[in-house]
Amino acid sequence: MVDRRAMGRRLTRQDFLLLSAGAGAGIFVAGCGGGPQNNPGAQGGSGGDGGKAYDGPKVDLAFWNGFTGGDGPYMRDLVEKFNSEHKNINVKMNVQEWADYYTKVPSAVASGQGPDVGIMHTDQLGTNAARSVIVPLDDVAKNLSLKESDFAPVVWKAGIYGDQRYGIPLDMHPLGFYYNKTVMEEAGLDLNKPPTNRDEYESALDELKGKGVEGSWMTPFRFTGGLMFESLLWQFGGDLYNQDGSKALFGSDAGVEAITWMVNLINNGHSPKNIAQDADINAFQNNKNAFNWNGIWAINIFGENKDLDWGVAPLPQIGSEKGAWAGSHNFVVMRQKTPDDNKLQASKVFINWISQNSLEWAKGGQIPARKSVRESGGFEDLKLQSILAEQVPYLNFVPPVPGIGDVETNALDVAVNEAITLKKSPKQALQDGAAKADKLLEENRQKYQG
Amino acid sequence: MEPQSAARTGAQPPLPLGPAAGDVKGVPTKGFSPTPYLFMAPYLALFFTFVLIPAVYGLWISLHNWDYLLPGKPFVGLQNYVNLFTPGSTTFGPFWSSMKATGLFTLFSVPLLVVVPLLIALLLNQQFPGRNFFRAVYFAPYVLGVAVVGVLWRFLLDPNQGLINYYLGTSIPWITALPWGWIALVGVTVWWTLGFNAVIYLAGLQDINAELYEAAKVDGANGWQRFLNITLPGLRPVLIFVITTTVLASANVFGQAYLITQGAPGQETRTAIMYIAETGLRQFNMGAASAMSYILALFLMLISVFNFVVLRERED
Repeated sequence: MVDRRAMGRRLTRQDFLLLSAGAGAGIFVAGCGGGPQNNPGAQGGSGGDGGKAYDGPKVDLAFWNGFTGGDGPYMRDLVEKFNSEHKNINVKMNVQEWADYYTKVPSAVASGQGPDVGIMHTDQLGTNAARSVIVPLDDVAKNLSLKESDFAPVVWKAGIYGDQRYGIPLDMHPLGFYYNKTVMEEAGLDLNKPPTNRDEYESALDELKGKGVEGSWMTPFRFTGGLMFESLLWQFGGDLYNQDGSKALFGSDAGVEAITWMVNLINNGHSPKNIAQDADINAFQNNKNAFNWNGIWAINIFGENKDLDWGVAPLPQIGSEKGAWAGSHNFVVMRQKTPDDNKLQASKVFINWISQNSLEWAKGGQIPARKSVRESGGFEDLKLQSILAEQVPYLNFVPPVPGIGDVETNALDVAVNEAITLKKSPKQALQDGAAKADKLLEENRQKYQG
Repeated sequence: MEPQSAARTGAQPPLPLGPAAGDVKGVPTKGFSPTPYLFMAPYLALFFTFVLIPAVYGLWISLHNWDYLLPGKPFVGLQNYVNLFTPGSTTFGPFWSSMKATGLFTLFSVPLLVVVPLLIALLLNQQFPGRNFFRAVYFAPYVLGVAVVGVLWRFLLDPNQGLINYYLGTSIPWITALPWGWIALVGVTVWWTLGFNAVIYLAGLQDINAELYEAAKVDGANGWQRFLNITLPGLRPVLIFVITTTVLASANVFGQAYLITQGAPGQETRTAIMYIAETGLRQFNMGAASAMSYILALFLMLISVFNFVVLRERED
């Protein structure tokens, strides 16, 4: 953070400091020219049996991720279990906020201080593959006989960048529909029939309004307004970007329909104006909000609140087809300054083990990426997660184009914000956002191809 | 100002001294003596490593499309700067809207941060029981870090669940709509940092000779006249310091907007530093971010020169 009392001279110093951190790393990378930097496929690749077993000397593995929420302890338990079963591998887990993680990991990798294994979201894989932060894992997939048929196709394909696989999918985390039973009961709604389509949703909201309840709060931020918009966009038959990620499509009629429906919830008195981040989920927990579109991770949040009477269901179908936003955590292996085959092999064993044991991970509020785990009896017992897993056939993901995360943040999320805060008409906001996205996509295309 | 003055003192050539003084130990009469440079060495080492070299290197970066992890860092000449002045480029709109945000924040916060602490310092300079306690109270928020202040006020100002709206019985969108966003950010900053300026003023007030006030009283000057003709002129050097540092500090605003409003609504409270950090460290467009830093630095230099000239003229 910037020191409030910093002088102008020090301001620039601060900027330079920030930049010099990157610049120093740049010198370093340039200094070891001819290394993996210029040949992204040089690491990973072949060697070992792709993660079936490791019988080399004892190694320590650094495993970084951003599981700061209710999911963290579940991963920690898994890691401990893995360590106790593998005497010659010791995994140390390090957790930090995702936003910090994605800025820290590249510079750590560049300076040779990076972790061995990490987790990345699908929409970050392309960026980090292009920047040679992570290495290809084709052999892991091959030797472990991981096949597309064992994964949701979108998730499986999302791990590929430039004909090579960089991510081993661990889970899927879709948006789901949560309903507050206490609030519904007060409005005389049937607790066993949460709304499943537009008519039911709107009439339920009218009932709630009759009792003075604003039933479906709209947040103007990515969590969860942006994710809700993306889900609705797909439901109305639209898409975020074209196939190769060179053009933004969310300014289409489908997009306008989707965001207009959201804005109308505010205009029709079903949501307060200008609410802050997380106000929707807080109001839901305080019995002030009836319906909340939120990620599968909210299962844990609501589950911990013993005073809350709630239920979960697949997203209501507001548009012409079913659709829901989802993200996915992927295992990745970081590029190393001095590659260590033992560590690489141990990393692959670790990834494979967690993937096979991802049922435990599902208890943390996720849907396993592996079909075999999903279809096991153990997962069916996780009732709430199973309900949201019904959405798997029609889940949609942000495509793994390099730099797409910035496009989402700077174009789409801003457009949604401007529409939901009623600063711009829905159409204007989306068209401005799409125009900005097109420029950023073109810039990224040049940057990552150049 | 301390590092600059140190550098200036050190850069002075040894004074030419007469032959009589020539044999005084440590004062060279002619030739080169390493002593002053050795004394300066620790500071210079830090200055070169963390200020000068990065500054020059930043200039070099700003002439490229620079991502430290990509093999290609194409030289683009002044393109990053040209983009900042070309309507329709990807950086033009966001950069100038972030500069506008920083400008607005500075415009709103500086007058308050110059005047309110002065009033408080005048109060705290009176004789009354518990004076030291109140001095501590007003200074207390300043010791908090921006993260603490940001998170604290983020909760208090929440439009739907915040205590501020609860006690006021209102539903003002403090952090999600304008002008409320600016009122919140400026208000929080004033609350947070007024203690620092107040302490500086207080020190200045205690330096003013009490006899001047007595003489003025004898001459029949009332309180307002004493303030105008003794207090204010006596505080002038302090005032210059306060205004200059407050302008520069306000132009540095980052943490409050980052934590409290997240730049919303839209990106209207996203400040220049926020946008530069995002461009350089999140999108890894370090060339463009360096160019922006230079433009911002240039603006701050111009403002500082302006301050200096205006306030110096008044001094005469």
